[in-house]
Amino acid sequence: MIIPLLKGLWLTLRRTFSRPITVQYPEERKPLSPRWRGIHYFEKDASGETTCVACGLCVAICPSRCIYLEIGERTDGTRYPMRYEIDELRCIFCGYCQEACPVNAIKLGKGYEYVKYSRQDFTLTKEKLLSMYEGKE
Amino acid sequence: MMDTLFFLIESFIKCGVVIGCLLTFFAYLTLAERRILGRVQIRRGPNRVGPFGLFQPVADGIKALTKEDIVPANADKAVFVLGPMIAVCAALAMFAVIPFGGTIHVFGRAVKLVIGDVDIGILFVFAFATLGEYGIVLGGWSSGSKYGVLGALRAAAQMISYETSLGLIIIGTIILAGSLRLTDIVEAQRHMWFVVYQPFAFLLYLVAGLAEINRTPFDMPESESELACGFNIEYSSMKFALFFMAEYVHMIVVASLVTTLFLGGWLGPFLPGPLWFFIKVCVVIFFFIWERGTFPRLRYDQIMQLGWKILLPLALANVVVTALVVALR
Repeated sequence: MIIPLLKGLWLTLRRTFSRPITVQYPEERKPLSPRWRGIHYFEKDASGETTCVACGLCVAICPSRCIYLEIGERTDGTRYPMRYEIDELRCIFCGYCQEACPVNAIKLGKGYEYVKYSRQDFTLTKEKLLSMYEGKE
Repeated sequence: MMDTLFFLIESFIKCGVVIGCLLTFFAYLTLAERRILGRVQIRRGPNRVGPFGLFQPVADGIKALTKEDIVPANADKAVFVLGPMIAVCAALAMFAVIPFGGTIHVFGRAVKLVIGDVDIGILFVFAFATLGEYGIVLGGWSSGSKYGVLGALRAAAQMISYETSLGLIIIGTIILAGSLRLTDIVEAQRHMWFVVYQPFAFLLYLVAGLAEINRTPFDMPESESELACGFNIEYSSMKFALFFMAEYVHMIVVASLVTTLFLGGWLGPFLPGPLWFFIKVCVVIFFFIWERGTFPRLRYDQIMQLGWKILLPLALANVVVTALVVALR
């Protein structure tokens, strides 16, 4: 009865003097998986405009229905998203929008630190999506 | 007349210093416990507030003070307030008779480094240990909560089962030292610590002492998992902090008693007495924290069984053997 108790004490003593495995978050970070699905962004074309053609497939496939799209048409007959909004609070980061997109315009990035002061700030507009990862990475 | 005055001044200074040291030690003990428990679980523990988390106790204290102080509607208000006070006063008073150093000379006066060098030191400590348990029992009973009452009942049952053995265990050392005065007991260990003569009593005392201060393998009155904190479930704010303080000061006192009774108190080569005392107390307290990180809580019936069927007979046997050996020598 005594021996197992001593064994337990010996184990915890060894653990006490071993190196902690804590990752001290703001200073140290764990590497992300290559398949990590973070906050969305818009892929840009040569002129810095979105490549989105406003086909509406992402809106159709989105399981949490958090994408809102208003279709616009340029003078040359091509379509573009007049309004494109993602409600990030409803988004479940499944990545279906990225898979559904025929022109690879909407993508999920690596960002996961997403803290804001008000609910409105969590709505991603077209401008925010275009400048999401500017100046990072 | 002047002598009385000097005595009063000396006592007041000693009380102030001892209480200040005890409360500082308590504050950093909470931090040390969290850090060491963290290391046992291969974590780091709190290290954000100040360098190495050294201001964590301050932050905890401010937090405890600024929380809302709730008295439940069906609580017995007077007793509810009295409970934590009794607990913390008894825990602090226990330290009064524990010698933490030899005799020093200040301004031509011989000053003993103990607040009250009474000749029934050990009895005093035991009386106040029991009184401290009253704080827990009254606090749990008066909160008007089922969990609180269950915790209080368990505290009472545990106190009865373990104080008996505790009293018997130290009789061995008292026989060896021939005195109840704690300074005499320390002086009797000048050549050899009592832990060598009484290794068995030392181990039994550690176990029973853990039961007395309600620490982890025996933290029945509290038992987070089944009683949801037991006796202090209804306490918040500073009242909770007082219970916490009482528990930790009691732990320091039990560690000091182990040091005094078995590890030679303040005696040791080279370093000054109080420093030796502090080092020994820290070692014992490290053991208390270490075993908390190791052992799970025993079941209620197992604790009672351990207290009555194992500890008590062993303590009795220890008394008989010690008495025989001393008588035949």
